[in-house]
Amino acid sequence: MTEFVIIMLVKMFVIFGAVMLTMTYITLAERKILGYMQIRPGPNRVGPWGLLQPIADGIKLFLKEDIIPDNASKVVFVIAPAMALIPAVMTIAVVPFGPAVTIFGRSVDIYMADINIGILYIFAVSSIGVYGIVLAGWSSESKYSLLGGLRSSAQMISYELSMGFAIVGVIMMSQSLSMVKIIEAQKGVWFIIPQFIGFAIYITAAIAELNRTPFDLPEGESELVSGYFTEYSSMKYAMFMLAEYINIITVSGIVTTLYLGGWHGPIMPPFIWFMVKLFAVVFFMIWVRATFPRFRYDQLMTFGWKVLLPASIVNILLTAVFMTVFG
Amino acid sequence: MAETKNMILNMGPQHPSTHGVLRLILELDGETVVKLTPDIGYLHRGVEKLGENLTYHQFIPLTDREDYIASLSNNLAYCMTVEKLLGMEVPPRAMVARVLLTELQRIASHLFWLGTFGIDIGAMSLFFYTFREREQILDMFEACAGARLTVNYFRIGGIAKDLPEGFDKQVRDFIKIFPERMKNDYERIFQDNKIVRIRTEGVGIISKEDAIDLGLSGPLLRACGVPWDIRKSNPYCGYETYEFDIPTGKAGDVFDRYMVRMEEMRQSLKIIQQALDRLPGGPFLADDPKVCLPSKQKVMTEMESLIHHFKIVSEGFEPPVGEVYHSIETPRGELGFYIVSDGSNKPYRLRFRPPSFVNLESLAKMAEGKLIGDLVAIIGALDPVMGEVDR
Repeated sequence: MTEFVIIMLVKMFVIFGAVMLTMTYITLAERKILGYMQIRPGPNRVGPWGLLQPIADGIKLFLKEDIIPDNASKVVFVIAPAMALIPAVMTIAVVPFGPAVTIFGRSVDIYMADINIGILYIFAVSSIGVYGIVLAGWSSESKYSLLGGLRSSAQMISYELSMGFAIVGVIMMSQSLSMVKIIEAQKGVWFIIPQFIGFAIYITAAIAELNRTPFDLPEGESELVSGYFTEYSSMKYAMFMLAEYINIITVSGIVTTLYLGGWHGPIMPPFIWFMVKLFAVVFFMIWVRATFPRFRYDQLMTFGWKVLLPASIVNILLTAVFMTVFG
Repeated sequence: MAETKNMILNMGPQHPSTHGVLRLILELDGETVVKLTPDIGYLHRGVEKLGENLTYHQFIPLTDREDYIASLSNNLAYCMTVEKLLGMEVPPRAMVARVLLTELQRIASHLFWLGTFGIDIGAMSLFFYTFREREQILDMFEACAGARLTVNYFRIGGIAKDLPEGFDKQVRDFIKIFPERMKNDYERIFQDNKIVRIRTEGVGIISKEDAIDLGLSGPLLRACGVPWDIRKSNPYCGYETYEFDIPTGKAGDVFDRYMVRMEEMRQSLKIIQQALDRLPGGPFLADDPKVCLPSKQKVMTEMESLIHHFKIVSEGFEPPVGEVYHSIETPRGELGFYIVSDGSNKPYRLRFRPPSFVNLESLAKMAEGKLIGDLVAIIGALDPVMGEVDR
């Protein structure tokens, strides 16, 4: 029992620390990659190749004055960033970064928990994150924040639906909700091949869920200044950013797990494979950000309800038909 | 049923997409703009009044700061108005150089517009690509005048100094690469994008009749299908001898405005090519010692030039009594100067018609009943420069 607790605690610290570190460097990677795509060098002043930039950013945000607007609903205003961040961190627990490895003679899994309803858990927990955004927008007492909050709640609710439907195909094929079982089911063929429609729907909806370009309406700079976190500063602002980037890791992890075969792959160790795929997905999201303009609010809704949702339902039907006919 | 009230949203003067210090008071029903009231004047400097207290030469740098995105066009409009008042002939080299430079300015201005318009609708990368090419044009201006944004290069009677050495090559290099850059870097990434299309097509439509009634000019008017361009209708600087087309749109929506501006850049390139090929030698400043500053060398060696130099710098010149209006086609539309002279060395009244100010009137008509996202695209396509709106 003691041994289990110690292992869990160590794993908790290691995974949490690693995720936080990865997250900070994803911010740097995003700026660097965007920089190169936009014929400019990106951050290159702090440390060699700008490598210390995320740390400098963190220190800067930490030292900024923490402003709470006079008219804001203070309690909610303070709680909202935490409500956005906590679910983001919680979902990390079930992302299977790799299979069991042997450390000091003990077999240790490189994930916190393999619960038998893993995927359901992720959906349930990540949905809470939207409360943080809505409440942030509402409590700021700023019209831009309010509009941003409204936009994001509408957007997240509509896209969560198609996201949920998109993964039903995967669940049908793997016959399990457990993340580890889903990966094991992809030993032969990655689900991206039989479930390509589902993959396309999932990644589109996921980008929308993350409020990233071309679905970055809740924080659409040219329209709503900064959307729901217009009034936030200092560490509270940083917490929204942390939540956003941790969610990017989570979503990339889920895509890797569900469609890209998880840790399966030749030659390289499983953990490395998982990370390579995860970063490929992250890169794809950055690439999309450099390329696409933003949707308009009504177009976004139309796209979600009239294109993605029917497509995801058709995907379920097709999967069902194929499974009945071929096996 | 509970009574609902519309929300009043104050957009600007500090807002990322109001292009400077435009303030819009929006009445919103959800995200729909019910009523739009522009509030201008945050950049008012009283330039017209200042003009009454400056000599004719001294006013030129102030024109740079009106439409600061296309300062040379402003220089040209002002200098040509004063020349018209004086009845002065400009030497051919200066005429061609003026056409060449203002067309480059038009491209630079449209590139600036394209980049910021991209940002307005969320396409971030385009901005950096257009600024790369704009940079090349600004380098040419820097070689000519030493300044990049507020160029201040034209003078009453010609241009300030002769075109620099190597200017020809700079322009030709630009002509060589630009069409390709337009095709690969702007059109393929922006125009061919489905999201750009649905964001711009059918948005901000204004009818031909309304456009004419409101006095719109420039790309905004041409996008409605009115082929009106002062370079064709009232040619100046010898535009009648250049071969170019006036692009027009059909629907008068944001996308047409985009297409008109893109095509205008191509046409400008054609004009630049022709101007470069015909650039004659000879003097670059009219031979009128009472009006035009003599060269430094003459000032140092000739008594008379020294006196003229002193007189022009200290008191300026005295044009005949009269009033005059002259307008040119800037990247934003019709820019006209109206000068009343009482025969003294300063204008009695100086007034100008900035295209952005007039074009801005159409904003409410185009944006009311649309969503905030559309409004941003419409402002972007309007391309207002607050410097000349507020004056």
